[in-house]
Amino acid sequence: MASMLLNTMRAGSVSPSWAVRLGARSLSTTAQLHAQVQTKSKKTLSRPGVKNIVLVEGVRTPFLLSGTTGLLQRTGLSKDAVDYIIYGTVIQEVKTSNVAREASLGAGFSDKIPSHTVTMACISSNVAMTSAVGLIAAGQCDSVVAGGVEFMSDVPIRHSRKMRKTMLSLNKAKTLGQRLSLIGSIRMAHLSPELPAVAEFSTAESMGHSADRLAAAFGVSRVEQDEFALRSHTLAKSAQDAGLLKDVISFKVPGRDIVSKDNGIRPSSMEQMGRLKAAFIKPHGTVTAANSSFLTDGASAVLVMSEEKALAMGYKPKAYLRDFVYVSQDPKDQLLLGPTYGTPKVLERAGLAMSDIDVFEFHEAFAGQIMANLKAMDSDWFGQTYLGRKSKVGAPPMEKFNLWGGSLSLGHPFGATGCRLVTTVAHRLQKEGGQYGLVAACAAGGQGHAMVIEAYPQ
Amino acid sequence: MAGVRALGVLSRFTSRRYALYSARTHVNYEVKGDVAVVRINDPNSKVNTLSVQMQKEMAEVMDEVWANNAVQSAVLISSKPGCFIAGADINMIQGCNNAEEVTTLSKEGQKMFERIEKSPKPIVAAINGSCLGGGLEFAIACQYRIATKSKKTVLGTPEVMLGLLPGAGGTQRLPKMVGLPNAFDMMLTGRNIRADKAKKMGLVHQLVDPLGPGLKSPEERTMDYLEEVAIEYARGIVSKKIPIHKVKGSMEKIQDYVMSFGLVRNQIYNTVQSKVMKQSKGLYPAPLKIIECVKAGVEQGPVAGYLAESQNFGQLAKTSESAALIGLYQGQVACKKNRFGTPQREVKTLAILGAGLMGAGIAQVTVDKGVHTVLKDTTVSGLARGEQQVYKGLNDKTKKKNITSFQRDSILSNLTGQLDYSNFAKADMVIEAVFEDINIKHAVLKEVEAVVSPHCIFATNTSALPIKDIAAASKRPDKVIGMHYFSPVDKMQLLEIITTDKTSKDTTASAVAVGLKQGKVIIVVRDGPGFYTTRCLAPMLAEAVRVLQEGVDPKKLDALTTSFGFPVGAATLADEVGIDVAAHVAEDLGKAFGSRFGGGNVEVLKTMVDLGFKGRKSGKGCYIYQPGLKTKEVNPDIGNVLEKFRMKPNPAVSSDSDVQYRLVSRFVNEAVLCLQEGILINPLEGDIGAVFGLGFPPCLGGPFRFVDSFGADKLVEKMRQYEAVYGNQFTPCQLLLDHAKDSTKRFHM
Repeated sequence: MASMLLNTMRAGSVSPSWAVRLGARSLSTTAQLHAQVQTKSKKTLSRPGVKNIVLVEGVRTPFLLSGTTGLLQRTGLSKDAVDYIIYGTVIQEVKTSNVAREASLGAGFSDKIPSHTVTMACISSNVAMTSAVGLIAAGQCDSVVAGGVEFMSDVPIRHSRKMRKTMLSLNKAKTLGQRLSLIGSIRMAHLSPELPAVAEFSTAESMGHSADRLAAAFGVSRVEQDEFALRSHTLAKSAQDAGLLKDVISFKVPGRDIVSKDNGIRPSSMEQMGRLKAAFIKPHGTVTAANSSFLTDGASAVLVMSEEKALAMGYKPKAYLRDFVYVSQDPKDQLLLGPTYGTPKVLERAGLAMSDIDVFEFHEAFAGQIMANLKAMDSDWFGQTYLGRKSKVGAPPMEKFNLWGGSLSLGHPFGATGCRLVTTVAHRLQKEGGQYGLVAACAAGGQGHAMVIEAYPQ
Repeated sequence: MAGVRALGVLSRFTSRRYALYSARTHVNYEVKGDVAVVRINDPNSKVNTLSVQMQKEMAEVMDEVWANNAVQSAVLISSKPGCFIAGADINMIQGCNNAEEVTTLSKEGQKMFERIEKSPKPIVAAINGSCLGGGLEFAIACQYRIATKSKKTVLGTPEVMLGLLPGAGGTQRLPKMVGLPNAFDMMLTGRNIRADKAKKMGLVHQLVDPLGPGLKSPEERTMDYLEEVAIEYARGIVSKKIPIHKVKGSMEKIQDYVMSFGLVRNQIYNTVQSKVMKQSKGLYPAPLKIIECVKAGVEQGPVAGYLAESQNFGQLAKTSESAALIGLYQGQVACKKNRFGTPQREVKTLAILGAGLMGAGIAQVTVDKGVHTVLKDTTVSGLARGEQQVYKGLNDKTKKKNITSFQRDSILSNLTGQLDYSNFAKADMVIEAVFEDINIKHAVLKEVEAVVSPHCIFATNTSALPIKDIAAASKRPDKVIGMHYFSPVDKMQLLEIITTDKTSKDTTASAVAVGLKQGKVIIVVRDGPGFYTTRCLAPMLAEAVRVLQEGVDPKKLDALTTSFGFPVGAATLADEVGIDVAAHVAEDLGKAFGSRFGGGNVEVLKTMVDLGFKGRKSGKGCYIYQPGLKTKEVNPDIGNVLEKFRMKPNPAVSSDSDVQYRLVSRFVNEAVLCLQEGILINPLEGDIGAVFGLGFPPCLGGPFRFVDSFGADKLVEKMRQYEAVYGNQFTPCQLLLDHAKDSTKRFHM
């Protein structure tokens, strides 16, 4: 993670070469032409009296299926460029409950830079970013590093509750006799460890189970899910091959080789995918290992600044971070419908229409979940009954949707996915020449997030 | 083979033509690919029952399905989201004139389900909602069962609660399917089994999750999904991809092996038989017949088994016990409706005064229904005790896995405990459960009225104080009503609502609505000393005290009452109610009704209270209660008390049977008098109140049904005999005399 922080700074400070500038310029001209044809309802979301906040750079480690804890070992960076560091994470290691602070210290940032950790399930790094936006908008900071980190391969495993209770009372026991009787009370059952649950606390239902029910509720077939998963892998592969995933930085796994690519991208065939058995609702479910996102280690970070500060420091911002919303709904039956609730709300805030958005990046928790969200947004009945609208939201067009792959193919390190989405939108806006991008994601607890991103004039 | 096929084609044509002439209303089917989806829907009712019409149409449809060569398999599903089939049609059974007719009905059902069981095309029962009685028997005749994991999905054989037995093959198929012990448990208790438990028992093959909102409402979409999944399974069974028979685990194999010994099975029959005898005192014939049918089927083979089943079913249907239990069932259904209409305002916040056993009990049954509940007491310790009671009730549900610990905590967040009146301004209804003293009741009524909003209803939970006396202190007597709960509130189903002349109809409607929400069976009676329930109980307890004074031991008294059918003996009941409460009530009602409420000497109870024998709550009453001990001994000191008030028994009216009828006739006479005086609206509510609130023997169906079945003339005759000895306490009331004179007069038709 520390190395990523470094790269954030470096990538930002290196002035772009002429060639890139020219390329960008030509791209931006086409974008403008394009824009004229499409007639955006708004030219920009810049508002008087509201600070422009920009994304300067975003990076991430490759999302690895197996991995490491060694991110903190690299050091050596100019210290005082940032005012604050915020990190999002989901499953916390008890020893590093404020992982942001440990990471920034480990990365060699000045120990004068305060840092804190936030959590909101799969949208933790989104919270990190929007907190950064809040700090800057409030005038408290000018530049903030926000990110997310997840070590799925080293989650804390606890003693059972009985054992914990015994151990704690052992501390309080005064006499040897008391201690011995406590030790004597330990039974086999005390020794079985307690894994952190992937299940929803309020409903005791696992997310995959809920996704399967959601897919069934919207009548999403197994074939539709497999097709979407295949699409994600295929698009990710071609994006990777075309070198579009610029946010990935190489990373040395201690004791192993340098990893510079996401290693979960595996385009296969419909036949191969069709052979898999249901993973959660057995045997008639439709969610399988192949059409679900996989949990990985990974870290991501973005450098967020006020526009003046970024320009003053000689940075070339990538995008404006504009309106954002958080939504939440029933954690049982609407656990993963965050994008459906968030999208119309954030568009309304920004005063944009669905057609104004050029780039969509949705978090792909499950293929079934994405398809269910698309169907929900395309349903008049759902819009009227649950969103309180006159008609449907409208589904995003697929030719603008997650074109460089998504969590299904790249992997999903809980806390780090949000920054990847935002950075991808910025890169895609640059590459494709659009004006507005939209990020949407769902999270455990029935929560969701959506954010509008505007291209920075090239 | 060809012949059969030709026949099939023929019948298809004929039935099709037939369908043109009379459209079916209850059962329909649609062919989806090679699967026939058979849909059940009674258009005239909220639930599906196996009525004559339903059975006729089902037979027609199944014939068509079997004859249709394009169909390989079938799915049986209800079109009602909350109900698969709730059972056989009770009216159909009651409509039969004699046992033979009912036996014929049973045989027809058996035949129908035998055809289903032997169907050459696999039939998948897709169950969502209640699958009870005949519905379950139908489902277990099918080749495969899929159930939704919804809370509404319950499977069971409740026939025993109606004094019947599963009469369409249930006693024969269930033991094979779930094993003898489980089958006996299901059929003898009649309890509902949730889907997940049913899967574990082997009663259903697969579970389907209920869905949330999608492109349709959750209920509709869940039904569609269940159907889709069931079709998939039906095809899988045809293509042999899905095995119909579960592979047995080693535990099950061991169990089967053990069960293969006649000795073991005999042991089971004997154990079950003695358990049933102990619990039912032999007053209920149905459980014994169930054991007989199961035994016949297992030991002598299916022919004998099915014959025993249909014949016993016929016999049981014509017993007075079954009539009584069915009457209670129907009464219970009637008392779960609000005949006062929808109240103008829904009660969203309910405040309860007094966190004692009663107050906390009321909070317990309210807070988990999504009503914000305020619990107020005067002391911190009292409040803490009450809140702990609510917590414990919910925590016990968590332990039984009825709710999750998260739900428990989220329910508890709806409970506000406090010592002052701060939240009362928000309350839509206040129920007071403070000490039974008219002055205290007046004081809290005034305090409450000073702080609540104008629409707030004041309900008083008292067991004997007349509501109009309490309402006398009110500025708005139209908003005052009595709500008499029974202890323990979370276990006792009855709620007695008492209205005064001034209570408005909307106030009554609101109180009934709250009671229904709390899951209560409700009777609404007019105001008067002791209302209905307490007034009936008081003379019986007075008689019980006299019986004790005459030298009958409390244990003997209990045995006499329980063997008559009371679930709790009279002495134990007095201890449960509280000797102090009993003394209080006896004194109050004695004043109101005079010598008719005499009998035992009130001083007996008062002396007991003075000695600290207040019943279970004080550890001593007629019995001694020790925590952790299940058996209880007679309080040795009570002998001295009784000795002091010893009366000489009159041998003419002191046989065991006489003692029983002395106790019961006073109860019954008072109940009939309540109807005569208009305290009760109808005999039905009287029966329900007596059975569910006071434990009147369910096999007798309540005091009014008892008069009908026993004969008013015979009862009057007995009472006259006791009247000669004891005087006006046994004088039959006018209404009872009317019924005695004219045997065509009956309380229940």
